Amino acid sequence: MEALLMLEKILANYEEAIALILFCIGFMMLLFGRNMIRKLIGMNIMDTGIYLFLASLGYIAGRKPPIIEGGNTDPTAYINPVPSALVLTGIVVSVSVTAVMLSLAVRLYEKYHTLNLDEIYSAARERHEHR
Amino acid sequence: MMDFVCNFPFFSVVLCLFAAVLCSVLKAKAARAVTLAVEAVLIFFSVSVLVYTTELGTYFTYDMGHFDSPWSNQLRAGVLEGVMATVFSLVLLLSHIGGLRYIDVDISEKRRNLYCTLLNLVGAALMALTYTNDIFTGYVFLEILTLSSCGILVIRRSGRTALAATRYMVLNLLGSGLFLMGSSLFYGITGHLLMEYIGQGVAELEASGQYALPLTATVGIISAGLAIKSGLFPFHTWMPDTYGCATPASSSILSGIISKGYIFLLIKILYRVVGIGSDTYDSARHILLILGLFGMIFGSVYAMNCRHLNRMVAYSSAAQIGYIFVGIGLGGTSGFVAAIFGMIVHSITKPLLFISGARLSEVSGDSQAFRNLQGSAGRNKMAGYAFAVGAMSMTGIPSLAGFSSKLYYAIAATFHSGAVELVVLAALAVSTLLNALYFVRTVIRIFTPSGMADKFAEVAYFYDEDELPRRDAGLLIAFVCFGALIIYLGFNAQSLAIALYTGVSMLA
Repeated sequence: MEALLMLEKILANYEEAIALILFCIGFMMLLFGRNMIRKLIGMNIMDTGIYLFLASLGYIAGRKPPIIEGGNTDPTAYINPVPSALVLTGIVVSVSVTAVMLSLAVRLYEKYHTLNLDEIYSAARERHEHR
Repeated sequence: MMDFVCNFPFFSVVLCLFAAVLCSVLKAKAARAVTLAVEAVLIFFSVSVLVYTTELGTYFTYDMGHFDSPWSNQLRAGVLEGVMATVFSLVLLLSHIGGLRYIDVDISEKRRNLYCTLLNLVGAALMALTYTNDIFTGYVFLEILTLSSCGILVIRRSGRTALAATRYMVLNLLGSGLFLMGSSLFYGITGHLLMEYIGQGVAELEASGQYALPLTATVGIISAGLAIKSGLFPFHTWMPDTYGCATPASSSILSGIISKGYIFLLIKILYRVVGIGSDTYDSARHILLILGLFGMIFGSVYAMNCRHLNRMVAYSSAAQIGYIFVGIGLGGTSGFVAAIFGMIVHSITKPLLFISGARLSEVSGDSQAFRNLQGSAGRNKMAGYAFAVGAMSMTGIPSLAGFSSKLYYAIAATFHSGAVELVVLAALAVSTLLNALYFVRTVIRIFTPSGMADKFAEVAYFYDEDELPRRDAGLLIAFVCFGALIIYLGFNAQSLAIALYTGVSMLA
């Protein structure tokens, strides 16, 4: 019975549930992926999961996006604008982080000719790089 | 009527952001002058805020945007924020001055202005993390701090910096992801982003017994995120590479203040949002305490097995982060005061060790290996004595700051039940013994003549003989200031502790 209740709650909040699943998938890829590009994709999936979570928090069925149209300033006509603003800010942060990670990937590839981190670590060990 | 000083927290952040943009288009020398000036102004702003809030006897808030709280973006400053901002800006300036000698060697001239841009971004992010009262602003500046700290690491294009930066970024991004998820959950549960209002919502929910599990999970997620970012055991694996590969100024800033910025944000959230008397905090703090205890011991064990100076100092940072989390885990005002005191002591000691270590390494054929460092204090006495002061402080020799710090941890432990008190005191004793083993061993080694002076006399140094005295001035300033602070806090710890007690009482 309890399991059914739990399932009902998850189905009622399916957007948040999917967001959390995406977050976990991305988190695991970023943590355990051995390839730099795979890690980068994982990071973006993780962030997207959080943005979906935030967007679903702000969504109110039947209302419009928070952009004033035709001078209608009645707040009940629009969805909650705060999560949308957070998502937009978060996307800017994600893009910046992705750019930095990609530049690191390029530098690693130039130096070690692979993007596999295990191979990079063993190459660094063989070269006795300490500093 | 708002006093003019109330603008200083906002000015601190904006001034650094403006200087960061300016430095990106300036020549190296001009960018350096601007950055040093901005860092000095930051100290003035921070000290002003500290004096003002001490005289005021309470905190003040600074609303931004077109709306009043709870819908505004808010800065909040009390005595504790003033103390931390002063420490952060002072260590930033001294690390920069102390590391100038090596910045010129490690970073090409055309990129040196970008290094100044990154230092200004670090300054802006640290000031914002210190003063912000908005959890999402906290996230944005966490990421700015992550990116700029990665920049000051990777700008030294040699050895394995790119690999170290990758490792650093991956773990930091995991931490940031967890923090953002936790912040979103707090927003979802309470509908607020300002810490005080989230705190009110959390207190109401706790009183009614609702959302107990989601609240605990959220606090756990945020604590885990910030613990990963600050390098708490077992997430310390990025430390040796990161601190070992960066230019000494960057190592000092990374280990001295950047990790403390994350921890200070965590302390603010635990105090202001979760409430240190709450059941939610109680369930999270035990995990932090246990991880802190492991960090204290294992950080020191790893440090003992190192064959390179920078790696040893880096692992000792892992142990020190463990100490700080033990303070947070012990909880109560005494626990938090011990943790913050420990943060400040670590902030002024580690840069001294990294910068003096770099000078010792320079006179040992640019080698970090202990076998080459033997007798290095004889080859450069100034760096040798500076390293000895830092190492003795870390070990906990009385009359130095590290001793006072350990004393406050012990005092905080005595407020707890028999088992907790016993375990924490035993861990403190074991960790201190291990600290003594590797730090005293290193000090003896660098002061023991090796008979290799002739070998290293032939090694080409970075600079001409004529240039050396001028280049040493920055090092001397850093050594004297850090050394004086360590000795001052060793003899006069009480004055800082009183300020911290006042600050912590204003934090909630």
